[in-house]
Amino acid sequence: MKRIAEFLLRRRGGSGWHWTDIVTWVWLVGGLLIMFGPALWLVGSSFKSPAQLAEFPPTLLPYVSQQATVEGYDKPLTLYDVTLENGEKRRLAEIRRIGIVAQMVDPENPGEVIKVNIQNRTPAREVGFATENYTEPFLHFDFLLYLRNSVFVTLMATLITLVTNSMAAFALSKYQFRGRSLVMLLILATLMVPLSVILVPLYSVISAMGLFNSLWGVILPTVATPTGVFLLRQYMLTIPDELLDAARMDKASEWQIYWRIVLPLTAPALAVLAIFSVVWRWNDFLWPLIVLSRKELYTLQVGLNTYAGELNVQWHFILAMTVVTMIPVVLVFIFLQRFITAGIAGSGLK
Amino acid sequence: MGSLKRNIGAALAAPVTAAAALIDKPLRAWQSATGTGGMATFFLAPNMLIFGIFVLFPLVVNFVYSMTGGTALFLPDRPFVGAEHYERLLDCTDYTDPRSCKDDQFWIAVRNTALFVVLQVGLMTVVAMITALILNRDLRARSFWRAVFFFPVLLSPVVVGLIWRWILQREGLLNFMLYELGGEPVVWLTDRFWAFAAAVGVSIWAHVGFYALILLAGLQAIPRDLYEAAEMDGTRPGRVFWRITLPLLAPNLLVVIVLALIRAVQIFDEVYVLTGGGPGTSTLFLTQYIYEVGFASLLRNPGLAAAASILMGAVLVVLTLIQLNLSRRNSGKGGGR
Repeated sequence: MKRIAEFLLRRRGGSGWHWTDIVTWVWLVGGLLIMFGPALWLVGSSFKSPAQLAEFPPTLLPYVSQQATVEGYDKPLTLYDVTLENGEKRRLAEIRRIGIVAQMVDPENPGEVIKVNIQNRTPAREVGFATENYTEPFLHFDFLLYLRNSVFVTLMATLITLVTNSMAAFALSKYQFRGRSLVMLLILATLMVPLSVILVPLYSVISAMGLFNSLWGVILPTVATPTGVFLLRQYMLTIPDELLDAARMDKASEWQIYWRIVLPLTAPALAVLAIFSVVWRWNDFLWPLIVLSRKELYTLQVGLNTYAGELNVQWHFILAMTVVTMIPVVLVFIFLQRFITAGIAGSGLK
Repeated sequence: MGSLKRNIGAALAAPVTAAAALIDKPLRAWQSATGTGGMATFFLAPNMLIFGIFVLFPLVVNFVYSMTGGTALFLPDRPFVGAEHYERLLDCTDYTDPRSCKDDQFWIAVRNTALFVVLQVGLMTVVAMITALILNRDLRARSFWRAVFFFPVLLSPVVVGLIWRWILQREGLLNFMLYELGGEPVVWLTDRFWAFAAAVGVSIWAHVGFYALILLAGLQAIPRDLYEAAEMDGTRPGRVFWRITLPLLAPNLLVVIVLALIRAVQIFDEVYVLTGGGPGTSTLFLTQYIYEVGFASLLRNPGLAAAASILMGAVLVVLTLIQLNLSRRNSGKGGGR
């Protein structure tokens, strides 16, 4: 406790509170609440039953109503906290309800039936998780299909990105050839052309190739990332050419030089690009929304948007599916965050 | 456990290694036939092929496309209409009033986007700057705090939109908090003003960590001895900020602003999920206009969408050129990014 207080009250320099110390702590604690709060609220809500989601005021934790099996009754009975007429508080189980009067029994002593006005009772609840929010979408919706599509798109796109970008980066960093600066310029130029600018013609290209309503139509336009080529090229430039020349002396082919020497040495940059590519492709929304119109081909993001756009939004499922969609990115965040922050700080990649 | 992992690794790597070995022989033949120039072509080919088909070709076609009419998808089936779409988009008697324009939706989108860009980039830069300054202090567990602000950056726009839709709905968390504080509940997402404010706020929430990170890297590159010298001279902290921090951070700050501008102009995903462009057209932005005119609406007009996207692209090209110029100047000085 003392340690925590000491930690919380640590000040600049050590003597006296400076106003900037207060600003710092307000900002950091406020940031913690605002940045993590919404996601935690989502996760908490995703375990609530539909009835509980409709409650106002909302509870922080998910609850389920308690039930008890009582001797003489086949089904488990719902428990209530009841205030009796003499002011006594007891926990009773409901047998049946007629209008505003409920017939209830004490689970310990099921012989005596007590009649209670329903205004004098509240459901007995305990913290519990409505896990059916998670299992139902997997069983009864196409959610599993969406998940599979998303995984396929993400893995394939990342794999192709790594191979094609690293090959191009190798050529651009290790060879002198005519038109090299033209190629560099072309790649540089496309930094200015985000997908949203070429939506219409790209759609017609995809359709002409028969890739409309195909996961490959989602994958291919995204893989030739200029940022990836640049990142890898910058890294490969630091690999000394002498290494390559030595390998050539030993009769290594150019392909072997790329595959056995340059690629392993570029591993750190490849790892950064792979992480980014996974996050990019997992999160892609607009392009899959355009290319995929058949429901069974939807990726998670498109499927989620469709469910959330329905007239009668089933929030308990939506919230659970949103949490599932978030999981891979959260895992990346937890385990690989330092690669990402290093990548951004180093090259402004996003 | 270790050997199992190694075995799995070896099993996964084996076909890749075999494939790499297999194509080595034909490649050697190709190499001896064409020399290193041919090898450069070989290494560039896959990337440039994909790049040409899916980026360059559409880019060129986009210009032609924007000058054709009708609803046909393929270019040869589309009649040439010249500059008709551009005339339609740019035909306004009063550019400040979308109702006076031939294509009022486009100008509403332009106006909304402009307002969004100014507000979002302005506020976000300030928030990112404060965050970076605070993270640059002598904090314990700095990487934890950095991660706190960075967390939403990785979330998908759809997830971001849904998280906030859930919080901002009528019986949502925010209204509950207002109610606890004694305020009146607000219908955040169906009120024109609040929906727009939510679009700005949510997009700041989702992206500010990214820019704070770039600024933090810039702050950490400022030599410590400058601050030590200032401290020895007894310079006030405010003066230190204006005279040392800000001038030395200026290149990073400019890059951040331009990057943020480029992304804000294209805003779509999270706002689309959050508000769907509504209520009415109050959060209709350019990319959504292009998407709806090109793909979604009943009165599909791909040519018009192409023309609008070219106009948006022109803005982006200018911004990107500024950014490239800035980062080249930065790296030329050997500092910053």
